[in-house]
Amino acid sequence: MAKQLHPTPMLDALESGPWPSFVTGLKRLAADKDIAVDLLGQLETSYMTRKGYWKGGTVGVFGYGGGVIPRFTELKGADEQPIFKDAAEFHTIRIMPPAGMHYDTDTLRKFADIWERHGSGLIAFHGQSGDIMFQGCTTEAVQPAWDEINEMGFDMGGAGPAVRTAMSCVGAARCEQSCYDEAKVHRAVTNAFTDDLHRPSLPYKFKFKFSGCPNDCMNSIQRADMAVIGTWRDNIRTDEALVRAYFAKHGMTDLVNDVVARCPSKAIQVKEADKVKTGATISSVKVNDTHALEIENRDCVRCMQCINVITGGLAPGKDKGATILVGGKRTLKIGDLMGTVVVPFIKLDTDEGVESLVELTQSMIDFFAENALEHERTGEMIERIGLVNYLEGLGLEIDPAMVSAPRTNPYVRMDGWDEEVAKINAKKSA
Amino acid sequence: MAQPQMRKPIESGIPENTKFLHPLLAKNYGNWKYHDRPRPGVLHHVAHGGDEVWTVRAGTQRQMDVYTIRKLCDIADQYAEGRVRFTIRSNIEFMVSTAAKVDPLIAKLEAEGFPVGGTGNSVTMISHTQGWLHCDIPGTDASGVVKSLMDELYDEFRREEMPNRVHLSTSCCEINCGGQADIAIIIQHTKPPKINHDQVANVCERPSVVARCPVAAIRPALVNGKPSLEVDEAKCICCGACFPPCPPMQINDPENSKLAIWVGGKNSNARGKPTFMKMVAAGLPNNPNRWPEVAAVVKKILNVYKEDGRPWERLSDWVERIGWPRFFEKCDLPFTKYLIDDWRGARVNLNASTHIRF
Repeated sequence: MAKQLHPTPMLDALESGPWPSFVTGLKRLAADKDIAVDLLGQLETSYMTRKGYWKGGTVGVFGYGGGVIPRFTELKGADEQPIFKDAAEFHTIRIMPPAGMHYDTDTLRKFADIWERHGSGLIAFHGQSGDIMFQGCTTEAVQPAWDEINEMGFDMGGAGPAVRTAMSCVGAARCEQSCYDEAKVHRAVTNAFTDDLHRPSLPYKFKFKFSGCPNDCMNSIQRADMAVIGTWRDNIRTDEALVRAYFAKHGMTDLVNDVVARCPSKAIQVKEADKVKTGATISSVKVNDTHALEIENRDCVRCMQCINVITGGLAPGKDKGATILVGGKRTLKIGDLMGTVVVPFIKLDTDEGVESLVELTQSMIDFFAENALEHERTGEMIERIGLVNYLEGLGLEIDPAMVSAPRTNPYVRMDGWDEEVAKINAKKSA
Repeated sequence: MAQPQMRKPIESGIPENTKFLHPLLAKNYGNWKYHDRPRPGVLHHVAHGGDEVWTVRAGTQRQMDVYTIRKLCDIADQYAEGRVRFTIRSNIEFMVSTAAKVDPLIAKLEAEGFPVGGTGNSVTMISHTQGWLHCDIPGTDASGVVKSLMDELYDEFRREEMPNRVHLSTSCCEINCGGQADIAIIIQHTKPPKINHDQVANVCERPSVVARCPVAAIRPALVNGKPSLEVDEAKCICCGACFPPCPPMQINDPENSKLAIWVGGKNSNARGKPTFMKMVAAGLPNNPNRWPEVAAVVKKILNVYKEDGRPWERLSDWVERIGWPRFFEKCDLPFTKYLIDDWRGARVNLNASTHIRF
């Protein structure tokens, strides 16, 4: 039995309504745990005053430099003592989930038991960092809780200026659009940088995210310093039975409006079946006995729209891999940055392919460590030094797929133009 | 006294996920052919070899107590097949190998208070942050905002009636940990930080705070004989970037930290290229415990989009078709001068054409 609940009229109102209530969950914990009673007390105070009352600090585990998010209360009385003393320390331990966030119930029950013994009993699946967040324990409890979680085979996530916990989509485990083994690549890349992950020593954070196709379910292009997004080089595959089934259900109106008209590069046309072109770069499939879809794959930008609409009927090709984009992040300081292409295509279906990505990532992190300013992310660094300097620093080849258009201004030193042309010609003729 | 023997961490990184996968997912790994959605909240995947798996998706509160976790485990053991996964938006998914198990699982989940939905063209769970519950720099709460909004969007979560999927996010400061979304709710500070000059010298590494400011509005100063920092308030853009490295520069303000609404973020490459979201409303009060003013704007935008969007149009696609003037008109939102971008790169957001819809 825990101590008596503080009155929490503001929070109580969040117990009503149909959506699952975190307040009800906290109150259930508070029946047994004083730390949850006082957490509710402090949170209610925040709701009353519209102020936050946590400050950071330095709390960690033996052997690692990061991964614990320390929280100490700043809500103190005139005597400088915490008003809610049993939640005066409320630290979070970040733990990396398995790729794709799959669990068996045995593992989840063990997590719950550990956190019931050592912490508040509050766990988030998952934080925006992609970690399981074991929320709320005292400084003293961090190490024993961590020891048990670590012995289960789980490791701590990143925090601070470090390589961070990565995320990957459900991918090959349950998605027909998967273009590489997301979980394998996610694990191989992450586990190659555990030192940089656990011991923050970079200019600022470095994040990877892995999406299996251009639908980018992991938001990687907008959130990751390095986004690995699955794609393919050869022709879109077709399955006539599934395309006919789609057409039988939806008809010509939907086919034209949702598939043909929404193709961003006008690569797809509906044609009379006997007028469909053939050729090495053409995909075609009958929708019924008289009409067919024709796709010029050289014009296709691999956006996924037609494949999303007629899933299975149209499918990514067989020559699969990924595009690598770098530099995505939110506004501070220079404005929102999307990741942009630095490797148009990389094969990831062999151990050598995955190893080459790990090596590329290593050179990205090394370059970042040596060249970024303090608190500068990769995208901001590239904005400061220019993409070409970044590519040359990494030894990556320039490719027109890296730009949406060539330069529009003439202000540039071009002393090396002839040598560059000669290099490209030499390579072409080789 | 001897130091206690400390256990060295096992630096194992992330575990192999194979043993956590549902057996049918492990068996058909990389070999799926297509999927369909028999009803909202249910995905049906078919493998090339003919195996089928049904996934039932349900909403959670994300911040889960151990009793909720155990309840979900009991459901997984009794009604599913002992495996679950979570989506990036904190929905839980249960996989089953026969269609017959779907309805009893849904009935159990809903009876236990977990709404089934969040698939396809629904308004799915709001991706969110920590807020007053655990963040050290929050301007507002996260879980409470989400609970309030999802109570109101409950039916849209359980149906698939929007033109395309709708992703929402909330963020309790302008760092925007909640991320890009079709509709995002983000704290917007409107006043420069209030500085506690007694603490700055002790707490803050002053040069790095100066360097953190994106508009060079912070400079070192001697205040009341103590080394501190001062802010050129005319220059300050109230971004709050100085607050994390220097907590005595308090940016959060119960009255003047407002909420802004952003629309049109899309990470997918489907149809057009990915887009960033744009600010369309601001000045909304930070009004716990249910933030009704914010909910009203979000619901208004959602309703207009639902009514007016064509199939497969994400919110950004819809606005691209109807144009911003009509967006503001239809959503009954004032287009003020503050919504014209003047940050770095802003010219790309100006209309350099005569393309105007009348």
